[in-house]
This record gives sequence, C-alpha cells and structure tokens, in this order.
Amino acid sequence: MTETVKQHAFQAINAALHQAMEEDPKVLVFGEDIGDREGGGVTGVAVGLSTKFGNRVRSTPISEQVIIGAAIGAALAGYKPVAEIMMMNFTAVCMDMIVNHAAKLRFMSGGQSTVPITIRTLTGAGWQTAGQHADHLEGWFAHTAGIKVVAPSNPADYKGLLLSCIQDPDPCIIIESAGTLFIPGDVPVNQEPIPLGLAKVVAEGTDLTIVSWSSMVVRSLQALAPLAEAGISVELVDLRTVSPWDRETVLKSVAKTGRCLVVHEAVRNFGPGAEIAATVGEELFGKLKAPVRRLGGPYSPVPFSKPLEDAYLVSVDTIVATVKEMVGK
Amino acid sequence: MAEQSNSPAPSTETLVDIYRRMIRIERNDDTIRKAVRLGKLVMPYYSARGQEVIPSAISTLLTNEDTICTIYRGIHDMVAKGMPLRPLWAEIAGRVDGTCKGKGGPMHLTHPETGVMVTTGIVGSSMPIATGLGWAAQLDGSKRVSIAYFGDGASNIGAFHESLNLASLWKLPVIFVCQNNGFAEHTRYEHGTSVDFISKRAIGYGMPGYTVDGNDPWAMYAAAHEAINRARDGEGPTLLECKTFRFHGHVLGDDDKYMTKEEKAEAIAKDPLPAFRARLIAEGHATEDQLTKLQADIQAEVDDAMEFGLASAFPALDELRRDVFATEIPA
Repeated sequence: MTETVKQHAFQAINAALHQAMEEDPKVLVFGEDIGDREGGGVTGVAVGLSTKFGNRVRSTPISEQVIIGAAIGAALAGYKPVAEIMMMNFTAVCMDMIVNHAAKLRFMSGGQSTVPITIRTLTGAGWQTAGQHADHLEGWFAHTAGIKVVAPSNPADYKGLLLSCIQDPDPCIIIESAGTLFIPGDVPVNQEPIPLGLAKVVAEGTDLTIVSWSSMVVRSLQALAPLAEAGISVELVDLRTVSPWDRETVLKSVAKTGRCLVVHEAVRNFGPGAEIAATVGEELFGKLKAPVRRLGGPYSPVPFSKPLEDAYLVSVDTIVATVKEMVGK
Repeated sequence: MAEQSNSPAPSTETLVDIYRRMIRIERNDDTIRKAVRLGKLVMPYYSARGQEVIPSAISTLLTNEDTICTIYRGIHDMVAKGMPLRPLWAEIAGRVDGTCKGKGGPMHLTHPETGVMVTTGIVGSSMPIATGLGWAAQLDGSKRVSIAYFGDGASNIGAFHESLNLASLWKLPVIFVCQNNGFAEHTRYEHGTSVDFISKRAIGYGMPGYTVDGNDPWAMYAAAHEAINRARDGEGPTLLECKTFRFHGHVLGDDDKYMTKEEKAEAIAKDPLPAFRARLIAEGHATEDQLTKLQADIQAEVDDAMEFGLASAFPALDELRRDVFATEIPA
C-alpha cells in the first residue's frame, strides 16, 4: 500500500520541490522572497530549499520581467527553472516574457529552442485581496499556443502535477488557488508525477457532468451530497490541466450523461468554460438533453468588501440550483 | 568618452578578421536589400548598414560557446557571430531549409550552434533572457559570456532596468551592448532619452559603463576586450554604449522624414567600411589585392546563399502543428 501523509497544498508543493531538486541537479527554484533568509517564500512554500540546495535556489528582486527572462535564458542553457510569480495578477508585468518568448521560442526557432520552465503562481478570491491579487487568469494563457496551464484542486494533485510540470519539456504555468490551499489531503510520500493533459473523474454519475478545476472542484464536490439527496447523480470531472485539455474524458462523460455544466472561478465572459461548452456543443449536439451551461465569476474585478467577495465566487447553492434546473428537478 | 583601457591593441590577424566580418555583413545586407526591392524576398527588413563594426569587433573575442541574444535589427550581429549564410537566407525567405524551418523569419533567426540563442522582435527583450544565459554560465562554473544586443530606444524600457540590476547584483557574465544609432524608430535620441550618454546609467546599477565610438574598430575592440575579460573573470557585467548610425532608416522603405538630408549625408560620409579598409592598407595590415579578393569571395558566398535560400522548398503545412510543443499537436 502507498505510504501517505496528511498535508495541505503548500506542504505538498514544498515536498515536490524538494523531490524535484534532489532527483535532478538541473532544477532551479527562484523568485521573490524564496530563500530561507527571506522566510522561504511569503507562503513558506520554499522553506528549506536554499539551505539544502545553495545557489540553485535564489531570492530575486521584485523584477518579474527578469525573473521570467532569467528562467528562459537558464532553460535555453539546459536548466529546468521553477520561477515563482508571487501573485497571478503580477504576470501582467511580465506577459511579454511569458507570451512572446517562453511560449513561442520553440516554434519560432523551428524546434531548436526548448524552454522547460515552470511558473508557480498564487491567486483566488476569498482573502479580501481585491482587484489586483485574486484574478483567475488561466484563459489568458490557455489562449496562447505553446504554454501548458495547470490548475490542481487538492494536495496530492499539486504534488504530482508540479513534478510533471518541472520535467515537462515545455513551459508550464501552475495555479495555486486560495480556495484549494487549506484543505488537507492524503499525499503519497513517493508521489509519482501525474501526467499533464489528463482529467480525473472524481465522482461517477449518470444525470449530468460537471467539468471544473481548481477552487471550483472543491465547491462542486460540496454540491454532490445535496444533489444526491435530490435524486440527481452527478459525474464530476476535475480537468486538472486547463490547456491542453482532456477532450476525450469530458466528451465521453457528457456522451453518457447528456448534460454538461462547466464551473470555474475565472470571469465567465470569454472564460475558458466557453471553449469547453462550444466543443461539447459541436461534438455532441444531437445527444444533449439540455443546453450546456457555464458558471463563473461575474464581469467585474474581484471586490474587497466581504459580502461582495462572497457573492463574486460561484457558491455551492448556485451550483446545486443550476444542476437542478438543467435536470428539471 | 571611453577612458579605458589596458586592452592590447588588436593584432593584424584580428584587424583583418574584424574587416572580414564587416564585409560579410555589408555584402549580405546589400544583397538582401536588392532582393527585397526586386521582390525576390518579401519581408520587413531592418537594415543595420552602418553598424558593422560593433558586433564584428566583439565577435572576434567570442567562441561558439559564448551566446548572443539580439533584436529585429540584428542580422549583422548573427553574421558577425558566424551564423552560416545558407540557412540564414532560407529562413528569411520562409523556406524549410532555414535555421528555423521558415517559421521564425528575419526577426526570430536562431542558431544555437553558433551561439545565436534568441532574436526578438520586442524592443528590450533580449536583455532579460541574456541575463538568464549569464546566470546559467555562472551556475555551470564556465567561462562563457552572454551578450545582450539592443538599441538606444531599448534603454528606456523596463526590461533594461530589471536586467542590469539583477546582472550586477549577481555579478553575472553579461555584456550589455547598446548600439546607439541615434534614433528609436523615428524618434531622435534626445527626444526620448533623459541623459546625454546611456553609459551614465551604468553607475545606477553599480557596473562600469563606457561610451565608445562604435564605428572605430580599435576603440570597439578595446572596450569589448575589457568587458568580456571582466565577465570571464567573474567580475560581473558591463554596459557598452556604442555610438553609430543606421543608413537605411528604421525599416526598409522608410523615407527618413525625421532627419535632414544633410544630417544623413554627413553620417553616411563617416561610413566605417571604406575608412577601415584604407587604414588597413595604409598601415600595412593588408594589401589592396588581398581585401579585394576577400570581398569577391564573400560576395560569392552570399550569392550562393541567396541561390540556395530561394531554391529551398516552403515548409509543409503540418509544420503548424509541430514545435508548438515538444510533442506534435494532433491533427
């Protein structure tokens, strides 16, 4: 039997970073406040790394462009850099490095350049951090060819998916979302990397498929019991990798249930749910028992005030009510 | 303004090598411009005619292990570094035998074998990546150096600040080479830059900065020698501001409305190529015949490269699915 420990996400990420650095001397970890002198990251996610791995772990100035630039340059010279952009909104200050360079150098060089960088970044509403520290921006990156977008929902997945990101030959951005971070889970001590691009059917069901990732998997899970009480059997697919996404698993599930609801924290308008909903519509039009629906954040910046912030996030009640409407119960 | 240096004077061999690289750049540029005007090549072309000395002098001090990151006006930097001309021409023609299989084009030429790691179309973006290549050289414990080429306009973008600060803080083996041709696209230097010399900005990062006559091979060689040695010895980065002039405006076809005809004529009269050639002969470093033959040989190499490039096939359409990721995108 696999030996596991109870950990929350940051502990699992810390364990993954230790494991990756031990296994491969080319792995580098850096970003603002990452060194032990600075506390091992603002969330403590890198605690112990600089003490153990010396100059392979470095705190950087608050310089997002050169953090990603340094990652790209080191990657071109054979390293596997894990760069932290402290908050996902701060990717806005280094989008040129991520989008124009990291994501495109392989293609633009005809395959000569390889940029195996991993960008770890924190976000999510719920901490009253307001409009510049909480956006779920996976859609920006999913819309850019050449970068993989990973959004785990639980500690074991954080560990397994981060290990895969680090070893992946292409750039990856992995989102650490507030709503997922403090729910402990069983994490294998010797976690195997979890393949990117592979969704997981978290709960099997027959009436409707919920496709979700990151924080909204947590809320969707909480919706399952009240829905079961109402006699509705839901299949929950945790996408885990937003791009490239696991069409096969999603389409197979919706072909079975005939109904699809996409739930994500990102703003609904032009959000990644639209891509999934459109694909399901294109592929399964004649087999659907109800229109595909989407739940996501309102077309608004993330607000500060607590009642507004609570209303910003898709609630368990909204998920339950929407599923009931779609099933007609 | 450059007060250095203790660098040795370049040998005859080195001087002729600098000249050879310059002629290779100039003949290549001239042939590209003709091909564009004749419609044989369809591409945006940012000629660096007039700026030949800078990368030529620097490249005599580099090996294939040393890396450069350059910009859209950077074909002279690559040619100086030793990029072979056949795949260069195939690339700018968008053909499958190009360095990048025709998928990058003139603004993204890449050739890691000769250390041409990144060519960017984004002003300033050579610097953060060159900083990372310098970090890798340091981590490897190697003597490699990383060159970041950029223009005067790029010294006003945030990436310049972040890169110079980090490179100095970590003592990285990076040489920041600003090719100051007096214009940021169409904007005159003094209308976009707050100081009279970009080299003055180095002091704010705790690194040496020099302004060099970028059209003077001796001065360029001396400055590059000092900066590269400093980087190889683990003493950190240097900012070199190399003053020069671009003969053909921002992009080919530019009518240079933002400068006077007299000003342009005066700058072109200072063409470094004939001046250098005359001095090489006058000082006995080379003979007229030798340099004439050198030029003819290089023109033959360029003509062969053009023929090769234009005869190469266009890439297959499934190249759209390759190199997006390491694994091909399913059809």
